[in-house]
Amino acid sequence: MADASPPTSPDAATEIAAAFVLPAARLADLVTALRMEGYAVHGPMVRDAAIVLGPLADAVALPHGWTTRQSPGGYRLERRTDAAVFGFTHGADSWKKLLHPPRVRLWSAERQGADFVVHEDAPAPAKLALFGVRGCDLRAIAAQDKVLLHGPYPDAEYAARRAEAFIVAADCAEPSGTCFCVSMGTGPSARAGFDLALAELDPHGDAHRFLVRIGSPRGGAVAAQLDLAPAAGADIAAAAALADIAAANMGRAMDKDAARALLPAQRESAHWQDVAQRCLTCANCTMVCPTCFCTTVEDTSDLSGDIAERWRQWDSCFTFEFSHVVGATVRESASARYRHWITHKLSAWYEQFGESGCVGCGRCITWCPVGIDITAEVAALQDLSQRDPR
Amino acid sequence: MKTMAGLIREHPFLADLTEAECEVVAGCAKNAVFEPGTYILREGQPANAFHLIRHGRVAVEIYAPRRGSHVLQTLGPGEILGLSWIVPPYRSTSDARAMEQVRTFSFDAVCLREKCEKDPALGYALMKRFVPVLVQRMSAARLQALDMFGAQA
Amino acid sequence: MSALPTRLAPVPLRVLATTPETADSTTLVLESGAIQPGAPGQFNMLYPFGLGEAAISISADDAAARRLVHTVRGVGPVSAAIAALRPGDVLGVRGPFGVGWPMRQARGRTIVLVAGGIGLAPLRPVIHAVLRERAAYGRLLVFYGARTPRERLFVPELAGWEASADLEFVTTVDSGDANWGGHVGFVTALLAQARFDPARTIAMTCGPEIMMRAVANHLRERGMAAEDIHVSMERNMKCAAGLCGHCQFGPLFICKDGPVFPYGRIAELMTVREI
Repeated sequence: MADASPPTSPDAATEIAAAFVLPAARLADLVTALRMEGYAVHGPMVRDAAIVLGPLADAVALPHGWTTRQSPGGYRLERRTDAAVFGFTHGADSWKKLLHPPRVRLWSAERQGADFVVHEDAPAPAKLALFGVRGCDLRAIAAQDKVLLHGPYPDAEYAARRAEAFIVAADCAEPSGTCFCVSMGTGPSARAGFDLALAELDPHGDAHRFLVRIGSPRGGAVAAQLDLAPAAGADIAAAAALADIAAANMGRAMDKDAARALLPAQRESAHWQDVAQRCLTCANCTMVCPTCFCTTVEDTSDLSGDIAERWRQWDSCFTFEFSHVVGATVRESASARYRHWITHKLSAWYEQFGESGCVGCGRCITWCPVGIDITAEVAALQDLSQRDPR
Repeated sequence: MKTMAGLIREHPFLADLTEAECEVVAGCAKNAVFEPGTYILREGQPANAFHLIRHGRVAVEIYAPRRGSHVLQTLGPGEILGLSWIVPPYRSTSDARAMEQVRTFSFDAVCLREKCEKDPALGYALMKRFVPVLVQRMSAARLQALDMFGAQA
Repeated sequence: MSALPTRLAPVPLRVLATTPETADSTTLVLESGAIQPGAPGQFNMLYPFGLGEAAISISADDAAARRLVHTVRGVGPVSAAIAALRPGDVLGVRGPFGVGWPMRQARGRTIVLVAGGIGLAPLRPVIHAVLRERAAYGRLLVFYGARTPRERLFVPELAGWEASADLEFVTTVDSGDANWGGHVGFVTALLAQARFDPARTIAMTCGPEIMMRAVANHLRERGMAAEDIHVSMERNMKCAAGLCGHCQFGPLFICKDGPVFPYGRIAELMTVREI
């Protein structure tokens, strides 16, 4: 097995040794090369009128010529006039479903007379290639690394999947109406934390190609197999220009520094009641959020009562049971649960992990059934606090 | 031998009263001793005295038919016993029983009230000592009423 | 791979002895096996087979005897199953977790402990540690508030503490009975009568949050610094390792930043509703 260390964190600048050009027609060769290296390649594809992440058998399955239109509580899949492969904005899925799976068995136990023995499940072998990771999602992976790998007790399952994961980033040229990665400093281009990064150029004609940047030795090794031509200065400039256009087309903006200070100061704001009148506490925002990491456990036993198991599954701070302590729930009201989520994401996360927990991907806005918009709630609180400073 | 004024000044409740003020209130004070089981105050009776407890412990009780007597609070050395003497109609609102031999400085309520009326500065100085005790006992009683160590704690 | 300290699987340990404490609380003595003894104030996750886990603090400082001691109040299905265990039964244990009481800072100082209800259990190891190394600490004052005399924990041991010259131990109850000759009232009333130098004292309190708040505020009024008052918090806990997110209290994780916190760090959070 080659280098199993995860790509460098975004804090350490990745050195781009060189840039190459991959003609669009040869994108399949990259997928094949990864499969030959033993990776299960996962990437975007069209399914059920949405772009989802799934196992990619080949490059044909990628969403050629599709795009999405997104707004608070709204998502539409639409045809493009060109053949762009990455001409869409991410859907509800995020890569956390692969690196931090929604449901895992942690261990099983077996009764033996008066005793019982515990069999700890070894992390499932998973050699994953994540194909088409956006800048925002790269930073989301880095954020989950801090929580699940760099704390006092690293999570074995995540560590195993993460160490093997090969990341192919894809620069975002077309942000959606709910995107605000520029505000959060995470996109639209891939900066670090990838093995290879693609920037899609000229998708409307025969010159359709990808600029390939190398982010790690194992990324370089895969690129070398493809025998690519070096990129011209013009290709690099074109990719940079696309990134500038994308950056100028953000659907939304957020003042992240203001949010950090504002939220703890506005704990008693009447605005939380306003949000609570709209929030269904459905937990969608936490399920689609690429950094939300909370889990719960479920203990089960078979009918004989001799075999027991513990399963871990994603949980949400929007559920009533989440904060249950003997006899009562701490965060009983919807307002307290929304306040907890947004305050954790945009403020407490700094104290816990040294950065914001929000990467500006906009999923929580798009997939909120009532269109609650994290950027609008921050702006509303900011507005109220300026009118009535406490 | 210490004077009454000197002695009462050693009690934490009056510790920072001026010497002159101590002299005045000492005129209303006497030493009192209560044997175990005897009642120092009785609910409904005129609140003729208030006490600075010097030794021994006192149970503040309330009696209800069928329930019997119920201890609301216990008091000990350094604490005061009796607050009804300040509030008309000056009748005790609970029983106070000596749990062991109790020695107090017992103040004649009528005497003390008169002196406070005559010298509002002294009255105010005393009230500033009573009010925190009232507040602290009320807060404690509220917390006690929550039954916080109960099954739902 | 297995070098990573996941600590997500319990170690089955045998129950050596059980002592009923009250109608719903039991003290369990377990073999310690592969589990480290843990410091006063730390906790273990206890797993009765097939039922789930509960975070329970260590209730005795008995490391020398290679025993784990936990006192459990059976209030939910899991804790009730733990409290019902008999000698010979096996209980799953993982831990110890968390930041315990500030024993090092307590050296040489007067120690004020204020316990309420089951909150005496996490403070008992502090008493044991001080008594074992008596000269290393200053005065030890313990104030214990219980609902009724029958709901007191560790009754035989309390008698020894009350009689001992090594500590000043007093109990107060919310409601006495015919035989109760002790104090009646809230712990703050007893605390108010105690004399100690606030500048040379360290305080540790464990009990219902309202009690800890009242105690901490009283000690602040007495002139103690908020950093010298330590409180032990409780929240929903699943992993105990900072991975599951459940125990968050503002920006803090009770499991790894606590459960013991200097009051100064959480005083403001303690007044926020539903945080």
